[in-house]
Amino acid sequence: MGSIKDKIAIIGMGCSKFGERWDTGTNDLAIEAAIEAYQDAGVGPNDIEACYLSTVYAPMGGLGGTIAADALKLRDIPIIRNENWCTSGHIALFEACLAVASGMYDVVMALGVEKLKDTGYPGLGMGRGMNPVMEARRTAPGSFALIAKRYFDTYGISDEKGKELIGRIAVKNHDNGSLTPKAHFHNPVPLEKVIKAPIIAWPLGLFDCCGNSDGAACAIVTRADMAKTFRADPIYIKGVGVAMDSGLPHQRAGFDWIYFGALQNSSRQAYEMAGISDPRAELDVAEVHDCFTITELAIYENFGFSAPGGAPEDIENGFFSREGGLPVNIDGGLKCFGHPIGASGLRMTYEIYKQLQEKVDNPKRQVKNPRLGLSHTFGGPPQISAVAILGNEKG
Amino acid sequence: MAGIISAAAHIPYLKIERNVIGKAWGRGSLPGCRSVANSDEDSMTMAAEAATLCLAGTDRRKLDGVFYASTTAPYREKQSSTLLATVLDLRDEVQTVDMGNSLRAGLSALKLALGAVDSGQAERVLVAAGEQRNAFPRSDQEQVFGDAGAAVLVGGHSAPVAYVDSYVVSNEITDVWRTDRDSYTHTWEARFVSSQGYLELMPRVVKGLLDKQGLEPGQIDLAILPAPDTRTFKAVVKATGLAGEGQSVNPLLDQVGFCGTPQVLIMLALALERAKPGQKILLAAYGDGAEAMLLEVKAEAAKPRLDLATQMENRAFLDSYARFLSFKEIVEPQPGEPFRLVPSATVTWREAHSLLRCHGSTCLECGAAAFPIERICNNCRSVDRYQTVRLPDMKGQVFTFSRDNLAGRPDDPVVVQTVVQMENGSRFYGLMTDCDPAQVELGMPVWLTLRKFHDLGGFHNYYWKCRPAR
Repeated sequence: MGSIKDKIAIIGMGCSKFGERWDTGTNDLAIEAAIEAYQDAGVGPNDIEACYLSTVYAPMGGLGGTIAADALKLRDIPIIRNENWCTSGHIALFEACLAVASGMYDVVMALGVEKLKDTGYPGLGMGRGMNPVMEARRTAPGSFALIAKRYFDTYGISDEKGKELIGRIAVKNHDNGSLTPKAHFHNPVPLEKVIKAPIIAWPLGLFDCCGNSDGAACAIVTRADMAKTFRADPIYIKGVGVAMDSGLPHQRAGFDWIYFGALQNSSRQAYEMAGISDPRAELDVAEVHDCFTITELAIYENFGFSAPGGAPEDIENGFFSREGGLPVNIDGGLKCFGHPIGASGLRMTYEIYKQLQEKVDNPKRQVKNPRLGLSHTFGGPPQISAVAILGNEKG
Repeated sequence: MAGIISAAAHIPYLKIERNVIGKAWGRGSLPGCRSVANSDEDSMTMAAEAATLCLAGTDRRKLDGVFYASTTAPYREKQSSTLLATVLDLRDEVQTVDMGNSLRAGLSALKLALGAVDSGQAERVLVAAGEQRNAFPRSDQEQVFGDAGAAVLVGGHSAPVAYVDSYVVSNEITDVWRTDRDSYTHTWEARFVSSQGYLELMPRVVKGLLDKQGLEPGQIDLAILPAPDTRTFKAVVKATGLAGEGQSVNPLLDQVGFCGTPQVLIMLALALERAKPGQKILLAAYGDGAEAMLLEVKAEAAKPRLDLATQMENRAFLDSYARFLSFKEIVEPQPGEPFRLVPSATVTWREAHSLLRCHGSTCLECGAAAFPIERICNNCRSVDRYQTVRLPDMKGQVFTFSRDNLAGRPDDPVVVQTVVQMENGSRFYGLMTDCDPAQVELGMPVWLTLRKFHDLGGFHNYYWKCRPAR
């Protein structure tokens, strides 16, 4: 496999306010993110040669790339719509990078937009597509909660202790979200409240689950050798990795529900491209897919941030807090932003981009002297994972 | 001479105390409880559960027929017996017949099955019955009725329980009925129904059969006299002279209820659990006349893998009359379930081997097991090199689970999403039913069971779930 390390740079990003944007439609969300990205990059719509659009639902299927064309009045350029569940945003970004790396285009937009609050459902109101007959009432929390009991049982953790462990992740992310203006939720929550919250899908309670929000985020990428003609501090793609798996590994003999091929292989691909051998030590900041607290716990171990079975100790020691060895979801994560599916991967990358430029909108959550950051989305579970590693120095 | 190889019953996991119903209406209640079909059961799935127990360990290829009896079949135009034959994984060269429109149809189906075998038209025939009748809210019948399924496997001369004789009387009478537009069972004046219907005809057919065979009531070892309520049961036992100690089989009215078409077959299953060689069994059933049948036990019948007592012990109680009405689809609660998928008739038809027969595959190259059937092996990727294997014959164990409060029905809110490790190493992923969600544990043994899902497509959608082994 080849590499795009240091070949592509992000020269502008934008991110809408996330939340219940009742008065804001798909087009408005896209405009909010894209205008910020144009201004950040110092470009305009005429400079965009191709657009990779990430959206799952909004506003309906069958509209192809016209969603971005209509919202942003992009004309006569290819707009490629991509749907890969929760990883759609990352994959749109990677496709934009590959389009530039191929030599076909020099300035390409990746746009992620999702309008969930027009569906009438408080959650993701879908049957989580499988065979229409083999229904398992597969909700997102019910599916990710399958990880929990296996993890607790494997490492001899009582249900009560397990609830507390994942609860600490919710406390951390909510604390971070309180410092993030664009997040949906800004409320710190005490551990006791997290543990006692109503159960959504046992053991996941209300605060173990991410919110349901509207949002959009946008990136403009170009060739690394051209990047400084646009701005002094472009952010470089150091490594990317994507791994997909069957839609129903549930039915695969031997699948263990703690260690996931998609997570391990996507992160390994990205580490190898970026030349990272010890992610726990070398990464300065990470945004990982905390759709549910148990997911974030599993990611720590699958990504090599913690040793197998070591996540509980790292959680209790605050290793992933803002002041810890590797701050994770320092903007509050999906927990506080919610998860407008097609937008999330680019929103997480936006935080890493700003962190690496040391231009975070609230200095209280700015990491000091960062060099390398990681963003990640994970759909399913546990089928589909995408990782991006960014750096602020061209190698 | 044809006979009976085995019989089994399915009593639903859910019950409701009759005083919960009585209290809801501020009226008196009968003692005991009644069975209630779970929200994912119907009269076809209950028959299928009983048939699965009945057929366990037998050679399914020998079956030539499936006769299904019910007055509450899931379809008016479309057979349930064909669906039964498929979910029971029988050959397609079977005679499938649905019978109904009378609570007597269960016994009639048994007689016709015995006749089919006796005449040489069939080697083995499965008789299955299921019922879930709705009674008018506040009526006595609301407390009395029960829901259940039953199945009897009929075979040739080597069958352990031999058919001896029968006697039938047809009687045109509008005593108990549902028109083609009624949701609830109607009855004419109770004294008429009892004196001119049930208590006239049942003693008549019992006597007719005994006289025909030159037998006295005292020579009957086990009498099966399903009755619509306890008072009528006592009366019929007295009127037929079958009131000896232990002579009449428990009509199950106290803990199950009057389940209509399958009732006589459920009681037969109960009788065969204790019948000894040499004993004579008399069965009778009522509805638009009555019929009686005499059986003689040659050898102990095959025991189903689950006896009735174990089924009766394994139960949970609906905690409210409101939920009873909702499970019975008499009231419609606030809509929930935004997660329903529209089923597809073509998908079910095309993938019947996996979806209805519940077949998985075993790779002929590397031995890896899979469910549903995989054309390309998940392990070695060999193409179209597999043999199929039937999962419902196996037990499984809970590998992992979650208790989802988001995806359930408003009247049944907790969904136990389960990954099951099957005995052959394959995994089944689906819902757990007939369980207390709080009691689910890793490693818990489970069986697979066919259940009804949702009707979003305007037709019934059946697929498999798991449920705790009993």
